[in-house]
Amino acid sequence: MKARHKRGLLIAAGVVVLAVAAGLVLSAFQKNLVFFFTPSQVVAREVPIGKPFRIGGMVAERSLQREPDGLTVRFVVTDTVKSVPVMYTGILPDLFKEGQGVVAQGKVGDDGVFVATEVLAKHDENYMPPEAAHAVEQAQNAQKTLIGN
Amino acid sequence: MIPEIGQLALILALLLAVVQGTLPLAGAQRGVKAWMALSRPLAAGQLLFVAVAFLCLTWSFLGSDFSVVNVAKNSNSQLPAHYRIAATWGSHEGSMLLWVLMLSLWMQAVSIFSQSLPREMLSRVLSVMGLISVGFLLFLLLTSNPFERLSPPAAEGNDLNPLLQDPGMVAHPPMLYMGYVGFSVAFAFAIAALLGGRLDATWARWSRPWTTAAWCFLTLGILIGSWWAYNELGWGGWWFWDPVENASFMPWLVGTALVHSLAVTEKRGAFKRWTVLLAICAFSLSLLGTFLVRSGVLTSVHAFATDPARGLFILVFLALVIGGALMLFALRAPHVGGGGRFEMISRETFLLANNVLLIVAAGSVLLGTLYPLVLDALSGGQTKISVGPPYFEAVFVPLMSPMVFLMGVGPVARWKQAALPELWTLLRWAFAVSLASAVLTPLAAGGGSWGLRLGLFLAIWILAATVASVRERIRNFRGAVHERLAMQPRAWWGMTLAHLGVAVFVAGVTVVGTYETERDVRMAIGDTVEMGGNVFRFDGTTEVTGPNYRAARGTVTVLRDGREVLVLHPEKRTYNASGMAMTEAAISTGVLGDLYVSLGEPINARSWSVRIYHKPLVTWIWSGCVLMALGGLLALTDRRYRLRSTQQQRETAVTSAA
Amino acid sequence: MNRFLLPLGAFLVLLGFLFVGLKLNPREVPSPLIGKPVPEFTLPQLHEPAQAFSPRSMRGRVWLLNVWASWCVSCRDEHPLLVEFARSHPVAVVGLNYKDKPGDAQAWLAQLGNPYTLSVSDLDGRVGIDFGVYGVPETFVIDKQGVIRYKQIGPVTTDALQGKILPLIRELEQG
Repeated sequence: MKARHKRGLLIAAGVVVLAVAAGLVLSAFQKNLVFFFTPSQVVAREVPIGKPFRIGGMVAERSLQREPDGLTVRFVVTDTVKSVPVMYTGILPDLFKEGQGVVAQGKVGDDGVFVATEVLAKHDENYMPPEAAHAVEQAQNAQKTLIGN
Repeated sequence: MIPEIGQLALILALLLAVVQGTLPLAGAQRGVKAWMALSRPLAAGQLLFVAVAFLCLTWSFLGSDFSVVNVAKNSNSQLPAHYRIAATWGSHEGSMLLWVLMLSLWMQAVSIFSQSLPREMLSRVLSVMGLISVGFLLFLLLTSNPFERLSPPAAEGNDLNPLLQDPGMVAHPPMLYMGYVGFSVAFAFAIAALLGGRLDATWARWSRPWTTAAWCFLTLGILIGSWWAYNELGWGGWWFWDPVENASFMPWLVGTALVHSLAVTEKRGAFKRWTVLLAICAFSLSLLGTFLVRSGVLTSVHAFATDPARGLFILVFLALVIGGALMLFALRAPHVGGGGRFEMISRETFLLANNVLLIVAAGSVLLGTLYPLVLDALSGGQTKISVGPPYFEAVFVPLMSPMVFLMGVGPVARWKQAALPELWTLLRWAFAVSLASAVLTPLAAGGGSWGLRLGLFLAIWILAATVASVRERIRNFRGAVHERLAMQPRAWWGMTLAHLGVAVFVAGVTVVGTYETERDVRMAIGDTVEMGGNVFRFDGTTEVTGPNYRAARGTVTVLRDGREVLVLHPEKRTYNASGMAMTEAAISTGVLGDLYVSLGEPINARSWSVRIYHKPLVTWIWSGCVLMALGGLLALTDRRYRLRSTQQQRETAVTSAA
Repeated sequence: MNRFLLPLGAFLVLLGFLFVGLKLNPREVPSPLIGKPVPEFTLPQLHEPAQAFSPRSMRGRVWLLNVWASWCVSCRDEHPLLVEFARSHPVAVVGLNYKDKPGDAQAWLAQLGNPYTLSVSDLDGRVGIDFGVYGVPETFVIDKQGVIRYKQIGPVTTDALQGKILPLIRELEQG
């Protein structure tokens, strides 16, 4: 094989690898990106139906209930303006507490209950998860603007 | 008084670093021997002062000196002594100081072991490292002073984050940083070579052992981190594709590519520019990773809000170091001659293909890690997304599978020109065996996924191909088999061992992913759960008191065929100082698999929610990593590096005499 | 075109994104509470739990609300500054004692000095949420009409005090 051909082939192979990789990345992105919504957005139905997403906010005080099976829990996530009931089966993380920030991933059902497949609480008690803080701030911002007008 | 000494030592180290970063470099450009001669004593001086500063901080932590902000925030008088020492690098400030300490150590090591290098080269290498040191020392002193005082002193400290109170966390950061910072040596060699215009096989031979050493530390660091997550987070997972983990994984991927690319440059003189670029990239990703994690931009709300100066400093530093290096590369690379020629089918091509796959994989991790940050920024904080494990798995498996396959072919292929029929003859048995086991094992086990088949095929393929490569390797030697094996150089054995490590790793990942069983159950006293031939019986909990925590300690008895074989004690701890709850899993480790039990929450006086996992072959994951690191260490001890360096000395002696 | 400039170009693009990210970081944007009326609440006073406090009673005065806790180390950083400030300025400083035990809080003030005109106990952190608190300490400047004019995230520093808070208080008191 001539040197020029060889070089061309190598470059072509490289381009193919890159193209395949780019395709992989894009399709993986499309399928697996998880968007974040605030409880206000969930209540306003601005969320995808049947697709998993994340919500964040505070666990409302005295909202944690345990089903008789001992493993299914129900609680309410609030951004201090709107609230979303959440159901989760499994063991909650160590830092999960009423009145603390929380982020949950799952889908919302027809009855408006958010069925979580994953509940996350961050590694440090003194701070809220950024997404939860964001939700609270957004909601308050919106509310204050309404009152202000 | 002690903290002030530490601070003073840091300032002195900075002054030395400034001189080291400038004079020897200028000396090398102008040929002033006296200036170049400064580099080694300056490196030693820097190590001395940085070590003093580090010891001062450790001393403050050991003595619980709560008049130091850093100590008050990250320690507590109840904290056991070994965790107080570990707390020295538990905070942002302390970990940056550890970084600088590691850098000084590497610098000193270069200064000791590379005395045979030409004077210009050594001065340039140490000078470049000195400049990096200037950046980090300035960052410490200007924005993250670990010795800042608190007045009046706190009566009690806030305690070290309980998650970090684990043996794994004591060893993880130093190992990881040794790896991160170790790439600065490869980086400095690359920059020195670009500056001096001496980019050749000799350069590759010089920087190769340093790169391998850094790679070993990084491998161990990541492995310990993963092991810690498995033990401490109470979820039983070993890798989460968390941004913090990704930050350490990217330099590893590029570092792995670099180790292989350096081999080609040393042996064949090819890929020079590519190797230099990889050396720059590996260290750049280490820097990026350190800063992404330590600046807190990924995890905490407060980090930048309280101190925007920190973020700005980081960006300017990254721009100078990485931008400067890439600029130098753009200027000098066109003048670097091409290397040895090779055919389409040759070991060079296989290694190049693996390099490309590793880099693309690193790029996809970078994208997945930074994309949420970028989107957040561009939308002004309105669009928040997360990129989770499914993305990384979807991208990673297709990219890494061909790479792992090529790992079997590369070692038996000839340099320069190989022939496919010859390769087929060498590897057909290996191929048949691995294909057969990938098809038959799931049949025997009663079904399995495509992932299982692929994983099994790859693991056994590497194993079988390695056997084939050993046979081929010793074919042309005389003597008994063990004599012929003993004749092979350690570098080659190192490679073989590391590749076998990958096989073990892949086997572990595949089997755990397919056959692990996880159950969250509610258990009252006396309740039993059956899993994988084991019966778990919950025998209740008792209250226990640790040095700085209280805990509910569960007793779970494991029975096999009605006989008690094992008693596990998972704990639910509450730390006194922070009030934080922590799950301490009880794990019974075995070669064939782990039994993993952790406590959830109490449901009533008699029952708890309990997590029970059976994790077959999970230990193989870490064992595989240990084998990879051991392979690297073995390669480091190869006689060649020592021989060549004495040979080098002779050459230098001859040229200076002439 | 020098193809060896490509890596540099790619890096510069990445750097640009990081820089924009730093600038636009929503966590740095001033709190949405600024320019908004102070959230209403009624909480018991720390030293006299029988007495309640509500921001309404502060109408017509410029005052500071400082969120603090005895478990918070950064609060110790800013505490001497607050004590000094309270000694030399007649401005009211109300402490919002956030998720703290009243006993610990009182002991802390007894040891380090009490700069507060009064402190209120926000035991469950409910009021803190209304103030958008995501870490302690935080400090708010509130004007005579009860509108939040400034928020300091993290400890009050000499720079922030001299450069922003004091001039703002002076301006507000004249207005």
